[in-house]
Amino acid sequence: MNAANGRAPLLDYLLRLGDTSLVLGQRLGEWIGHSPALEEDLGLANLSLDLVGQARLLLTYAGEVEGQGRDEDKLAFFRDAPQFMNLTLAEQPNGDFAQTIVRQVLLDAWQVETYEGLSSSTDTRLAAIAAKALKESRYHYRFSSGWLVRLGDGTEESHKRAQHALNGLWRFTDELFTADDVDEQMAAAGIAPRLSELQPRWSAHIDEVLREATLVRPASAHYAWHGKRGVHTEHLGHMLTEMQHLQRTYPGAQW
Amino acid sequence: MTTNPQDIAVTREREYRVGRPDERDPAVWRVLEGVLDPEIPVLSIVELGIVRYAHRAPDGQLHVGLTPTYSGCPATEVIRRAVRDALDEAGYAGAVIEEVLSPPWTSDWLTESGRRKLESFGIAPPAHAVASPRHLFGAPVIRCPRCGSASTERVSEFGSTPCKAHYRCVSCLEPFDYFKCI
Repeated sequence: MNAANGRAPLLDYLLRLGDTSLVLGQRLGEWIGHSPALEEDLGLANLSLDLVGQARLLLTYAGEVEGQGRDEDKLAFFRDAPQFMNLTLAEQPNGDFAQTIVRQVLLDAWQVETYEGLSSSTDTRLAAIAAKALKESRYHYRFSSGWLVRLGDGTEESHKRAQHALNGLWRFTDELFTADDVDEQMAAAGIAPRLSELQPRWSAHIDEVLREATLVRPASAHYAWHGKRGVHTEHLGHMLTEMQHLQRTYPGAQW
Repeated sequence: MTTNPQDIAVTREREYRVGRPDERDPAVWRVLEGVLDPEIPVLSIVELGIVRYAHRAPDGQLHVGLTPTYSGCPATEVIRRAVRDALDEAGYAGAVIEEVLSPPWTSDWLTESGRRKLESFGIAPPAHAVASPRHLFGAPVIRCPRCGSASTERVSEFGSTPCKAHYRCVSCLEPFDYFKCI
């Protein structure tokens, strides 16, 4: 049991993974029609599509674990912000292109390492979802890290914006590796990798790309964010208002 | 033209016995070979390598396993419905269609005829086998599907569907799609 809310820890864990993919996918979808170039419009939309696909698999599983008859759509469209368990970093606004790319690099590297660890999970269904998602996340990281190098090692303006975005978003990265009782129970059961083991691998990816991008890694902020416990920044509520508008207005509407 | 066709054939033979007609029920495979990918309509789903199995359980029930190419590929549900319709029409109503996630789909599962059809359709097939260590050595050569030139450049890692990237031929100047290696 998760001591905080009395739920099965696997349910909370699946919601964290699924909601992080869903929220990040929705954020990237906001770029459609607004990207700096058509190729990047397509690129970000493709990332979004993969992430929403991962969210569907994870939330469908979460709904079955919960056993209350909620499917992926019910979970995506009929929960309020405090019931979302995504990482706080994922819900941060797109900002300029540099901010979107920095957010993406930080989370792509996290997903690559998380899915890598999960692909040998004792939970075979989660392992199968992770092995599939891992291939996609690696491809995403190639895209996002390539862009970060271009921005960081680009013009004076692009470098300034990339560093500014990094400085602003870095404080949300502590949460990626701060384990609570859900993370501990998942690791103890062999279902999820230990966050303390993921951190150095994530850090190695990030240090390498920052070096190439001539960007400076900010000092750790040691500020506790609790998106994965349902405590969010104000941005998530605004995003959900738009994402859930149609289903809240016409519940159960279908194409 | 492909870079390492032998590699790809060997890898496929060794590791992935999918998309192969089940000798016990070739008629079912013929039906499945008639179902085309909605986004690349020259390619059958068998050639795409997404049919994992088609076999009868001891009770006689027909089971067909399909695997998605990408988690969010919108064609997945369209294909599932097309398979259902094709099986129904061919007298296999009541077949159980199952989603298989593991092991995850790879572009190595494209069949040889699938690769040829992609190229003649104007889409460059995957340049190397994902499971082959050869791709670690240098960037693969991606040939223009129109003029065959090896002088091409990538425009974007992504294209019009999740399975494709966007390239341009430096020789004939035509843009073209490249089927991603994953």
